[in-house]
Amino acid sequence: MVLVKRVVLDVLKPHQPNALEFTRAIAEVGSDYRVRLTVLEVDENTETIQVVVESEAIDFPAVESTIGNMGASLHSIDEVEVQSEPEAS
Amino acid sequence: MKLLEQAKFLLNITRTNDILRRYLVVNGFDGALTMLGLIIGFLVSQADDLHIIINACLGAAIALGMSGVSSAYISELAERRRALGKLEAAMISDLKDTAHGEAARGVPLLIALVNGLAPLVISLLILIPLLLSNVGVILPLPPLYAAIVVALILIFFLGVFLGRISGVSWLRSGIQTMLVAVITAALIYLFAGN
Repeated sequence: MVLVKRVVLDVLKPHQPNALEFTRAIAEVGSDYRVRLTVLEVDENTETIQVVVESEAIDFPAVESTIGNMGASLHSIDEVEVQSEPEAS
Repeated sequence: MKLLEQAKFLLNITRTNDILRRYLVVNGFDGALTMLGLIIGFLVSQADDLHIIINACLGAAIALGMSGVSSAYISELAERRRALGKLEAAMISDLKDTAHGEAARGVPLLIALVNGLAPLVISLLILIPLLLSNVGVILPLPPLYAAIVVALILIFFLGVFLGRISGVSWLRSGIQTMLVAVITAALIYLFAGN
C-alpha cells in the first residue's frame, strides 16, 4: 500500500473563505493533518496560494474536494512525497 | 448547532454579517415605531375596543413582516447572484456547487428571514400588554400605556445594541433612539391629536 505523506499544491482561490478558514477546512479532512498556506499573488477577486499538506496518510481526493467546495481550483501538484508500506496479512 | 455554524460560515464568506445586523436594527426599529405610532393614534382617538386595536396592530405587524421578507429576498438574491457571477468570471469556473453557490442561494433567505422577523417579533412584543389585557390579565397600567412603555424599552435596547456595535456609549445611543421615539410620539400628538 502506498501512503501519501506530503503534497504541495498550487491553488487559485477567491479571497473568501480567508486563509485561516481555508486551511482549517483542509485540516478537518483528517485527524492528523498539518496544513501550511502561503499567499503567492493577490488579484482583485482572487489569490494564488501554495498549500502544503502533511499527514501520515493524506486522503487526496477528499482534500481536492474540500478545495473545490470552497470555490477554489487546483492548478497543479508541485511536490509529492509518498511511502510504501507492507500490506497487512 | 451545525446549521448555525454553516450559516455563520456563509455569511462570513459573503461578508454579509454587517448587512444582517443592519437589517435587524433598521427593520426592528421600523416595527417598534410603527406599533408606537398606531397605539398613540388609537390613544388620541380615544378608541376603547381592544379587539379592534389588536387586530389593526396585528395586521400592520404581519404586513411589516411580509414586506421585510419579500423585499430583502428579492434585493439580496439579485446582489448575491451578481457577486457570484463576478467571482465566477474571475475564477473562470462554475461555482454553483461550491460554498459560494450555496451562499448565493442561502444568504438571501437568511437575510430575508431576519429582515421580516425583526419587525414582526418586536411588534408582537409590544402587543403583549394588549393581548394580556384582552384575556383578562390585570396590568399595573392601562394596556395602551403599557404597550407604549414596552415599545420605548425595546427602542432603547435597539439603541443600546447599536451603541455596542459602534463602540460608543450604550447609554447615549439608547437615549438617542428613545429621543427619536419621543419626537415621533410628539408629532403624532401634534398632528393627530387635534
